[in-house]
Amino acid sequence: MLKRFAGWSLSSPATLLVVICLVVPVAATMAATFASDAGPLALYQAFFESGFRRRVLWRTLEVAVVTTVVAVIVGFFTAYVVSRAPGRWRSILIILAVFPLLTGVVVRSFAWLIVLGRNGIANNLFVWLGWEGAPYSMLYTQGSVVIAMIYLFVPLMVLTLVGVLENIPDDVIEAAASLGASDSAIFRQIIFPLAVPGIIVGAVLVFTGSFTSYATPQLLGGDQQMMMGTLLHQRAMVAFDWDGAATVSAIMVVVTISIVLAMTRIARRLNPMAT
Amino acid sequence: MTQRLSPALIAFAVLVYLFLLGPLVIVIGAALSDTTFLTFPPQGLSLRWFEKIFEMSAFRRTIVTSLQLAFASTLLALVIGIPAAYALNRFRITLPSWLSTLFVLPVLVPEIVLGFSLLRSIQVGAGLPVLWTLLLGHTLIVLPYCVRVVSASLASFDFTIEEAAISLGCSPVKTFFTVVLPNVQSGVIAAFILAFITSINDVSVSLFLTGPGVSTLPIQILAHVEQFFDPVVASVSVLLMFLTVAVMVVVERTLGLTFLAK
Repeated sequence: MLKRFAGWSLSSPATLLVVICLVVPVAATMAATFASDAGPLALYQAFFESGFRRRVLWRTLEVAVVTTVVAVIVGFFTAYVVSRAPGRWRSILIILAVFPLLTGVVVRSFAWLIVLGRNGIANNLFVWLGWEGAPYSMLYTQGSVVIAMIYLFVPLMVLTLVGVLENIPDDVIEAAASLGASDSAIFRQIIFPLAVPGIIVGAVLVFTGSFTSYATPQLLGGDQQMMMGTLLHQRAMVAFDWDGAATVSAIMVVVTISIVLAMTRIARRLNPMAT
Repeated sequence: MTQRLSPALIAFAVLVYLFLLGPLVIVIGAALSDTTFLTFPPQGLSLRWFEKIFEMSAFRRTIVTSLQLAFASTLLALVIGIPAAYALNRFRITLPSWLSTLFVLPVLVPEIVLGFSLLRSIQVGAGLPVLWTLLLGHTLIVLPYCVRVVSASLASFDFTIEEAAISLGCSPVKTFFTVVLPNVQSGVIAAFILAFITSINDVSVSLFLTGPGVSTLPIQILAHVEQFFDPVVASVSVLLMFLTVAVMVVVERTLGLTFLAK
């Protein structure tokens, strides 16, 4: 009894903060989407009837999926090299991956403005090479958003997978090698399957992160490449259409939470080391 | 881990690292340029864009606000997060399992939705001043780091030491500060650093909560980039990178850098 009281009271300040400042406000936002005068589903009907908003949702899903797939592939092979690198190199490579991760999203997206801008380094190079039509306008395209997004999330994927790959027991690999498995067979049949749960965790982080991002699509996509995050901001702060913003919010929450739940379930089922 | 790496894989990793670090080097170069527009390689070296940061009151003000906000929200999150983490570990059996899920919610709910909802319910609905909603919002987004990292340290803490101190007559409060807390020191430092960095870099929550006269550095950078394309933002970015390096040095000195890879 006393213990129960102590546990509750010690955790109560943090619990109250999360309930009052997160659970209640977010629930209120979600509830507001069903409270329209025109009927409970009118706002969702309006969202999906607008070709523009459907396109924004579709574009966001597209960017998030492409970013996730590329980040998984690039991150996996890089993490593999990092996890096999000799001691001192390993820590240097980890530090070099942590550094961009700790540098803010705004700074890292801004860097691509300098690279991809009209006077940017990429265009200077293309002009110098004498490419036809250079300088190109590369900003405010879906491509520029995707590149910056991949750039943003590869370090996260690398760091997630380095830990997973290092945890694969040496003797499993040695056993396979001593039984005559080739390097590529070891890779395909042992290392990759054992890394799948880690890949899923990383993929969820990357997908939800890119699906809900704001700074990158704002800086590199602008109004031409509006995504869910920038649409939410535009609805709420430019158009003062709070019902519309709440609808965008609700769709983002539903997509994010369903992906997280679905993927954790799949990860649990696929984990070959689970007992 | 005796397997050899193929040269193709190594070359691939080198390219990936060039991709990861190249843009940051370019930002540093652009910050040193003597031109009035952003360019790389820099044309003529100068530090004038660094001086310019401190001449512009908007940047000066937001740097101060961001630092204050990061310190205040991190401390507040630790003050409420450490007891919560302690309770979750010490009284695990008597507390429902959804409680620990509750503290992960700020990471699970999209930050931008949280920002908008705080604006709707707390800032406009409850009429709280801008700075207070910012503080609450930032505390909320850094709280999961504090609870989780401190929890991880407490998970390996042997609570029989605490019982020994109490049975020898030490008061529970004194025991907490002299026995429990020193044992999870590294977790607290790590939580502080992660929380501080998260707060100072935050965009999505601050975006909705900044008001007239009160803004944070990342929001000011976004606003500036939309109007001007001069190197001042590059030099602010370099300052932020210096801050990151400083943080990494602190981590290195206190915990060892491999700590971050976990």
